[in-house]
Amino acid sequence: MIEIVSRERCIACDKCIEVCPTNVFDRGADGIPVLTRRDDCQTCFMCEAYCPVDALFVDPRSHPLPAPPDERALARDGSLGAYRRQIGWGRGRTPGAKLAVGPALDRSTGPLTS
Amino acid sequence: MTDLTADVFVAGGGPAGAWAAIKAAEAGASVVLADKGYLGTSGATASGGTGVWYVEPDPAAREAAMASRESLGGHLADRDWMARVLDQTYANMREIAEISRYPFPEDADGRQIRRGLQGPEYMRRMRVRVRRSGVRILDHSPVTELLADASGAVAGAAGHRLRADEPFRVRAGAVVLATGGCAFLSKALGCDVNTGDGALFAAEAGAELSGMEFSNAYAIAPAFTSVTKTAFYSFATFYHQDGSVLEGAGSRRGRSVIARTLLREPVLCRIDRATEDERRAMRLAQPNFFLPFDRQGIDPFRDLFPVTLLAEGTVRGTGGIRIAGNDCSTSVPGLFAAGDAATRELICGGFTGGGSHNSAWAMSSGTWAGQGAARYAAGLGGRAGTRTVRALGEAGIRPSRADGSGPGHREVVAAVQAQVLPYDKNYLRHGDRLAPALDVLDAAWRDLRATLRADGADGVRARSAAAMAAHARWMYRAALARTETRGMHKREDRPGQDPAQHHRLVTGGLDEVWNRPETPVPAVAS
Repeated sequence: MIEIVSRERCIACDKCIEVCPTNVFDRGADGIPVLTRRDDCQTCFMCEAYCPVDALFVDPRSHPLPAPPDERALARDGSLGAYRRQIGWGRGRTPGAKLAVGPALDRSTGPLTS
Repeated sequence: MTDLTADVFVAGGGPAGAWAAIKAAEAGASVVLADKGYLGTSGATASGGTGVWYVEPDPAAREAAMASRESLGGHLADRDWMARVLDQTYANMREIAEISRYPFPEDADGRQIRRGLQGPEYMRRMRVRVRRSGVRILDHSPVTELLADASGAVAGAAGHRLRADEPFRVRAGAVVLATGGCAFLSKALGCDVNTGDGALFAAEAGAELSGMEFSNAYAIAPAFTSVTKTAFYSFATFYHQDGSVLEGAGSRRGRSVIARTLLREPVLCRIDRATEDERRAMRLAQPNFFLPFDRQGIDPFRDLFPVTLLAEGTVRGTGGIRIAGNDCSTSVPGLFAAGDAATRELICGGFTGGGSHNSAWAMSSGTWAGQGAARYAAGLGGRAGTRTVRALGEAGIRPSRADGSGPGHREVVAAVQAQVLPYDKNYLRHGDRLAPALDVLDAAWRDLRATLRADGADGVRARSAAAMAAHARWMYRAALARTETRGMHKREDRPGQDPAQHHRLVTGGLDEVWNRPETPVPAVAS
């Protein structure tokens, strides 16, 4: 579930508000998105993928954590923006799709992609 | 109020809806597409990724591809449809490569490997193409009901624009329903927008459903998470809590062992049968598979971690709106269906086992439905926008006794989930458990039909709740009618396949649910 919208990093571009498939976000008075319908978050990580400044963090557990994780620790260990990096979105990166050749799941079918 | 007219209206912005919109526009139609969320991120494909049933046009390879699934699917698929889908998928994947410039991986000889698609990349590019086709996209605009003309032909749709908090209406010559399957808000990856709304709309217009007994798909996910990527669990071993191996458990044949064990105790897992090379390949193929592990400090190749099974209902099941013609028309004039909203029995019978057939079906059926809808609309000769229309919505929008005394949409959803999510009701099926579950669902339907109603964004939720209740009743009515085990529909009390039931089951109705065998029996080479 969405845990962090970094006030430090957010550039108020509204992208997460626009792309969230379950309409979790609204624009706050200062332009920083607020989690108006957080219970509707389906933990799909799409907001993270689209955030151009790696300001969002979605915890993989599909329920809210008792307290949000420590943003500075997540920034330090590279967790902020990790998914966007892995799918190769962002300037100068190779699209992850280009490298997506998985292991053969079954000897008769050859390698699996995606 | 947003009030529009178009030749073709498409409900749903996953792959099937996107292809339908593009192909309708290419056929010369003016097109409006509305999605509950956002075309590009919405639905089961966008946040995941999928293999694609993509087979080179070599007769032997095609024959093997068709034959491989016939038995798993209970011999309910149709060779002509399989062949058409293989042809169309091959063509569409080429368009994805050449028009959308999708960055496919390459083999050692520099040839593109086109057997899979990463969801975010695929659907981002589909959005671009939909826009370039001149389609008007309404994001965050769930459809709540269909409109019909005086003859009963579908003539548009209405819904609510969530961001502007205002209603919308599109009068159209034809409508394509590409609203996805129904996963009952189980939090399976990307599936919470898939609440079976299109099937409810179709039934209200008088369309039929097929294969609703094939609706008990469950996917493996790390416990408490949403990440339902089951494929890599073929490299896993499953364990009891004391560390002993859970005999018979597996991602393919042994998933029911996992379900049965989860009813009593936790099930642990470790991806311990993959080589170093395979582990590296997994990370490249499906980065999202690793999010739950990386972010909880779990090494899935070394540590034991608890797993769960999340319901995927008719998203990965094969039931849906019955297709009546090669252009993905339904039995109702002006109404077309595509993707997971439609039955996928035509190409895989009663079992899919994974995204590859569903993704091939989404792009193929979307293509045909879009072209068919454009042709139908053109045949109206410009009358599309001038017809007098009436709204068809009933349950959750126009209750029969609107005194507001009944349960709200949250109560309805909870009541439906209590009957369709538990493994011992839906997955491990038995007539003695299905029948009482259906009784509860029928009673819930009567209540909501009488009183459930809400306004604005809550009205959307009320309709989704009604759609889930309807879906659950069609599922269990069909599951009780199929008194045998076939495809994914496994009855503990009817373990064998009954040759006398080698037919598809057609289901329909709202207040009174009915079913009947489809005739004629599908032609099957065995």
